[in-house]
Amino acid sequence: MAEGMVGTSKRSIALGHFLLILGCVIVAFPIWYVTVASTHSIQTILNPPLPMLPGAEAAQNYGEAFSGSITRIGGVSVERLLLNSTVMALGIAVGKIIISMASAFAIVFFRFPLRMACFWLIFITLMLPVEVRIMPTYKVMVDLGLIDTYAGLILPLIASATATLLFRQFFMTIPNELLEAARVDGAGPWRFFKDILLPLSATNIAALFVILFIYGWTQYLWPLLVTNSNSMNTIVIALRKMISFADADTPWNLVMVTSVLAILPPVLVVVLMQRWFVKGLVETEK
Amino acid sequence: MNRSTFPHRLLPWLLIAPQLAISLVFFYWPAVQALWQSMLREDPFGLKSRFVGLQNFQKVLAEPAYINSIQVTAVFSILTAFFSMAIALLLAVQAEKIVRGRGFYRTLMIWPYAVAPAIAGMLWLFMFNPSFGTLAAIPRALGIHWDPLLNGTQAMGLVVAAASWKQISYNFLFFVAGLQAIPKSLLEASAIDGAGPVRRFWTIVFPLLAPTSFFLLVVNTVYALFDTFGIIHAVTSGGPGKSTETLVYKVYNDGFVNLLIGSSAAQSVILMVIVIALTAFQFRYVERKVHYG
Repeated sequence: MAEGMVGTSKRSIALGHFLLILGCVIVAFPIWYVTVASTHSIQTILNPPLPMLPGAEAAQNYGEAFSGSITRIGGVSVERLLLNSTVMALGIAVGKIIISMASAFAIVFFRFPLRMACFWLIFITLMLPVEVRIMPTYKVMVDLGLIDTYAGLILPLIASATATLLFRQFFMTIPNELLEAARVDGAGPWRFFKDILLPLSATNIAALFVILFIYGWTQYLWPLLVTNSNSMNTIVIALRKMISFADADTPWNLVMVTSVLAILPPVLVVVLMQRWFVKGLVETEK
Repeated sequence: MNRSTFPHRLLPWLLIAPQLAISLVFFYWPAVQALWQSMLREDPFGLKSRFVGLQNFQKVLAEPAYINSIQVTAVFSILTAFFSMAIALLLAVQAEKIVRGRGFYRTLMIWPYAVAPAIAGMLWLFMFNPSFGTLAAIPRALGIHWDPLLNGTQAMGLVVAAASWKQISYNFLFFVAGLQAIPKSLLEASAIDGAGPVRRFWTIVFPLLAPTSFFLLVVNTVYALFDTFGIIHAVTSGGPGKSTETLVYKVYNDGFVNLLIGSSAAQSVILMVIVIALTAFQFRYVERKVHYG
């Protein structure tokens, strides 16, 4: 397909570029705005309009944020918040992949009583997002002593019907001969999984990883509920707690720095793993 | 095809046990609890509760605040789905026309996907807050008395903008994939027959995109209903005066802030019914055979 296909005029292509540039500006502007703001002093931020180019205070703002002087979030350092978000996002991504691969493996490559009942039991959780069972799930967390723990942040979110369905679908495309050949060679389930299934699933795993990492990092309602102590907050929740428009003491320059730090890791994951991300997004939704 | 399998009996149970355990403890048990609580009423001290059948539902559905919340949710969802899909479609059609620079545009376009909804809301609040937001000058220049923290309509505008902005990347990627699946020969044939670009879009591209659009409509509705809790909580807290209190925000607020357990549970059950209906609808009617490259 070449540029200038029948009926696509030069003018139409120019218009295309123009609209796309405009679209990119709109889409990227909020992120640019906060990044620029994070490099200016609080006085500059509070006196609009904000300059559209980075200022000279970057080193100072970021230094201040990392030297732990963000007192507005209960004396918790930015490193700690980033650590919490990272543990949560990685825990959810890795946990979901392991758990759903294991159950898809069981459902596709074994025959056992109630196999389809188990499948439906997993499938129906699709229809029970945390938003529809907020209070009782919170009660379960309290009863199990999981408030303010990493397990509490991660465990309830790692059962995923979508990931299980994806792996099930993929495993079903694996030719019978492969399994039979492996069994003739005396390979047990573990060998088959490790030497055949895992390498074949590599791209699927990478794709899912990106989607699930973003999912974990951007969680809001759940960490809001299960963390009371400031030291267990994710960076997104902590950022919310820092902001007050009614309060003249809000350190806006540090708020901007914290926003950038909260945005950067998942954006880097998406941009650097773009190929898997697009694949993962489009496949998990099918 | 009859799949060959391993003969083990116990192993599959061990493999599937973690997921089943988590589903039962954190999904099924709480969901059953929500159903049960929705039919109980607690006394004001939370000491005793008695069975009241469907009374909580009757009360919730007759409550003006709940009706308001349904309207707010409808307005918010429709506007968010419309803007994010319309803008994404316009941009995807442009991206399909050009060849050079397509990857570059896509890289810039996917950022918002990685931004948490709550942070998306905060970014828009930074830009548009009346005290130091640089872009607050725009509505002011138009002669609007701009204060989204006090004016309900303006607050709604702000959360819709943030929610749509975040969803553009997602819709863009799916529209691009949908457009690529349209056979070029069809477009060329109609171009030879003398149909202009606008005519080609409305008679060929748009109808053939219907499966993608339909699918995105469901996804965007679910997104607007549930995933935008963070935007509302971070930007407006449902205010000013309940003008941005969506259904999910109200469940949270009535349960955790106002401690109305029975009412919150009844609202949860209503939401559950909505999710089940949407999921069933998606699996029943949404054609998911569109192939994405």
